[in-house]
Amino acid sequence: MKLETLPALTLREKIRAQEITATDCVLAALERIKNIDGKVHAFLTLTREMALERAKEIDGKIRGGQPVGALAGLPIAIKDNICLDGVRTTCASHILENFTPPYTATVVDRVAREDGVVVGKTNMDEFAMGSSTETSYFGPTYNPWDLTRVPGGSSGGSGACVAAGETPLALGSDTGGSVRCPASFCGVVGVKPTYGLVSRYGLIAYANSLEQIGPMGRTVGDCALLLTVISGYDERDATSVNVEARNYLEYLINDISGVRIGMVQQLLGEGTHPAVEKNIHSSAEKLVSLGAKCETVSLPTLRYALPAYYLIAMAEASSNLARYDGLRYGYAAGEEGLMWHDAFSTTRQRGFGAEVRRRIILGTYALSAGYYDKFFLKAVKVANMVRLDFLKAFKTFDVLMAPAMPFPAFKIGERIQDPLALYMSDIATVPVNLAGIPAISVPSGFTDGLPIGLQFMAPPFREDLLLRVAYTFEQNTPHHAVNPPL
Amino acid sequence: MSEEAAKIGLEVHCQLTALKTKLFCGCDADYREKPPNTVVCPACLGLPGALPVLNRRAVDFALMVGLALECEVPKVASFYRKNYYYPDLPKNFQISQYDRAGGIPIGTNGRLKFAAGKEPRTVTIRRIQLEEDPGKLHYAGTIDTSAFTLVDYNRSGVALLEIVTEPELNSPREARFFLQKLRSTLEHLGVSDGSLEGAMRCDANVSVAGGSKIEVKNISSFKEVERALTFEAMRQRDLVKRGGIVKAETRHWDELRRVSVALRTKEEEQDYRYFPEADLALVTIPEHKLEALRKALPELPDARKQRFTRQYQLPEYDAEFLTSDRSLADFFENTAAVYPKAKPIANWLMGDVLQCLYSLDVEISRCKMTPKHLAEMLTLIDQGTVSVKIAKKILWDIFKTGKTPSNIIREKGLVRIVDAEVLEELIGKVFAENEQAVRDALTDEKAVNYLVGKLMEATKGRADPALSNKLIRGRIEKLKGAPG
Repeated sequence: MKLETLPALTLREKIRAQEITATDCVLAALERIKNIDGKVHAFLTLTREMALERAKEIDGKIRGGQPVGALAGLPIAIKDNICLDGVRTTCASHILENFTPPYTATVVDRVAREDGVVVGKTNMDEFAMGSSTETSYFGPTYNPWDLTRVPGGSSGGSGACVAAGETPLALGSDTGGSVRCPASFCGVVGVKPTYGLVSRYGLIAYANSLEQIGPMGRTVGDCALLLTVISGYDERDATSVNVEARNYLEYLINDISGVRIGMVQQLLGEGTHPAVEKNIHSSAEKLVSLGAKCETVSLPTLRYALPAYYLIAMAEASSNLARYDGLRYGYAAGEEGLMWHDAFSTTRQRGFGAEVRRRIILGTYALSAGYYDKFFLKAVKVANMVRLDFLKAFKTFDVLMAPAMPFPAFKIGERIQDPLALYMSDIATVPVNLAGIPAISVPSGFTDGLPIGLQFMAPPFREDLLLRVAYTFEQNTPHHAVNPPL
Repeated sequence: MSEEAAKIGLEVHCQLTALKTKLFCGCDADYREKPPNTVVCPACLGLPGALPVLNRRAVDFALMVGLALECEVPKVASFYRKNYYYPDLPKNFQISQYDRAGGIPIGTNGRLKFAAGKEPRTVTIRRIQLEEDPGKLHYAGTIDTSAFTLVDYNRSGVALLEIVTEPELNSPREARFFLQKLRSTLEHLGVSDGSLEGAMRCDANVSVAGGSKIEVKNISSFKEVERALTFEAMRQRDLVKRGGIVKAETRHWDELRRVSVALRTKEEEQDYRYFPEADLALVTIPEHKLEALRKALPELPDARKQRFTRQYQLPEYDAEFLTSDRSLADFFENTAAVYPKAKPIANWLMGDVLQCLYSLDVEISRCKMTPKHLAEMLTLIDQGTVSVKIAKKILWDIFKTGKTPSNIIREKGLVRIVDAEVLEELIGKVFAENEQAVRDALTDEKAVNYLVGKLMEATKGRADPALSNKLIRGRIEKLKGAPG
């Protein structure tokens, strides 16, 4: 039995039943990483000793008949923009190359409390800015389905890690699609929770009004498990919402009779790869055959969503990344005799990659005197309208559907030279972040051996609907069981 | 010299020193005298991934100030980011409030009544807003001569209330009175102790004769404010007199050289790129909360002044003076609680006590003399145990040692001599040592006083003046009457 192909829910049953030990599981993960990560490059840092120590502790508890947490013994990868006390956290940037946070993010605390075992930190686009993991200072991650292609981004490392069977679970972050895009390109499941459901304390900010930490796994059930552990009110995050805690495993229901699904018109058609378009339509047919009602729906403001997203995200980034000046931590240019502001500029010029600098400059511009109303404020107004469009659609539909990405994984180097072309790939994912609603990407097929991801979107705090529809789709299609050739 | 009227506006930054923790994290708000960079956490250091969480009591304090300053309070207030780079600002932005671009500060359009000398004045408060304090920069010497700069983030994140006035103050002197009243108000509210170093800092806007507005920054204390404003007004008048034009700019007050220095022109004006702070929720201010705070407001200076005139029958001048400083007013009332006559207490406080405080450079809330000491001293004067003159000397000793008046009197043997027998004996000695003066005293009044003075000297001032006079004159009279 290959541990690396088993879903987390199955693994944990085996661990609890003492068929395998936590240490077995963690060792298998570390072995798998050792064998293939040279090719995939999903990881930036491994926490081998810590992981084995934790696994030993957990095994001790299990043998002693003591209660263990919901994630007991399960290896987990954490995106490298989420802080873990004492472990290097780089955001895949030169400027934080040797930064070690003195505290742990809430979500990681919760994973640890439930006896999940962190095995390492995964690669990403620098400061989460990108859709391909190509802007990482440490080099790209490679798509396990085709190592000449991108895994998606910015949580490409987490996506590839799960797809390649390195760990069954991973945490990513999604600001404009950064969990759903790699989920789609890597043929795994990824959830972007409702804004405010999961604490951002310890998530190194890129665009703080848009982003959420989200679970990634091979199955909907695995994501539901991890989502249950990480979600919930955190007094250290003033934007976290005090809703009743839920066990998302309860929504793994294989039944969508009567569920009304709206196919978003604006997210299909022009610019969508024909295989993806075909796939979405056949998926819709599948859903109908399972008892759902499916119709197209128009959300007209979506055509302004992409520019609005980028204006807001870049503006917030220009402020969120201002703190990186080399004075207190991180890379510093270290030249003698510079005035403080020159020292700051030199450090940032050398410490940040080109895409990050591009977004900071554009974001600064969008907030500057004389341009604030025209750019930032207008973008915020558009975001509000997008949200209203979604809420209106949810009066008629339970969930909405669209492709997660308009095309399958592209080749490494193909789009990175043309920033606008890269930004366009986010067209189906960013509206969700603007509206603050939850969304999921599930594997829905292949084209030329490359995965396609189907995206469902639900009203705020209706992850239950999302999971139910996704689970039903998953259970009645074969795609989730296919593994990359690696 | 004809003076063109100055228009002065103030931006006062007041630390809410009565809070236990900082504005956006749980760090201790009491950062003074702690080893550098020890009162810090991920949030106030701006570490990657850290988030701010609002100290709700700070909002309550800000609302109390808003109520005391008769501000309009919104139903919902927001926090905005003020973006600029500086080594004392860990995130390179400050979480603050803004009154444009959709921002809503915690109070607007209020007023503060104060007395500029005898003249009653009112100044409009444009807005009050909550914001976080940056860290502190330290130099070896001055910013120009130091080979390095040291940064201490202990102060970073401490709660500030920025109070901005309309440019309605007419002179540096008025500005001083305004600030005094503001400080007294905040102290009476119990939200800030203005005597703490750095607790109240000021930037000023000055324009003369309708000319451009100059901003003067880096005024570190109230004492400096009048000095800086006087200099700046004079500088502008001089410039205009010599045919120059005052251009709008930002200037830096150099405390050591006592001049203002140009920092930035209007063209180089900072663009702070204000936008909403998305890590914090909007602050809702329900009506019932505002009402509860209003009902619980402590006695403010104006009300206290009125009460002082009524309850203690003090003249208005005294009442105004005493209530201009909360600690002074508290000291007065604590003394009046154990000594029956209000006016003597007021006189001593406004006179000799204040002089002692000033000379020794100590705050009345932190000096060694207590209300009990003052009460005791006044009682001893009433009883005739010491003269007023001796009492004034004792005051210094109390300030220096903290001992009670009785103990000092006992230790130094300062009790007033009222025993005629004792005095007669001493007079005898004085007469023996001053034969010429005695002869002169038979005819010259001045010599009599001289002899009284000599007796005082001999008794170190303890001889009862009235009795001394009587006894010496008596003897002189006897000598006048004696043969030969």
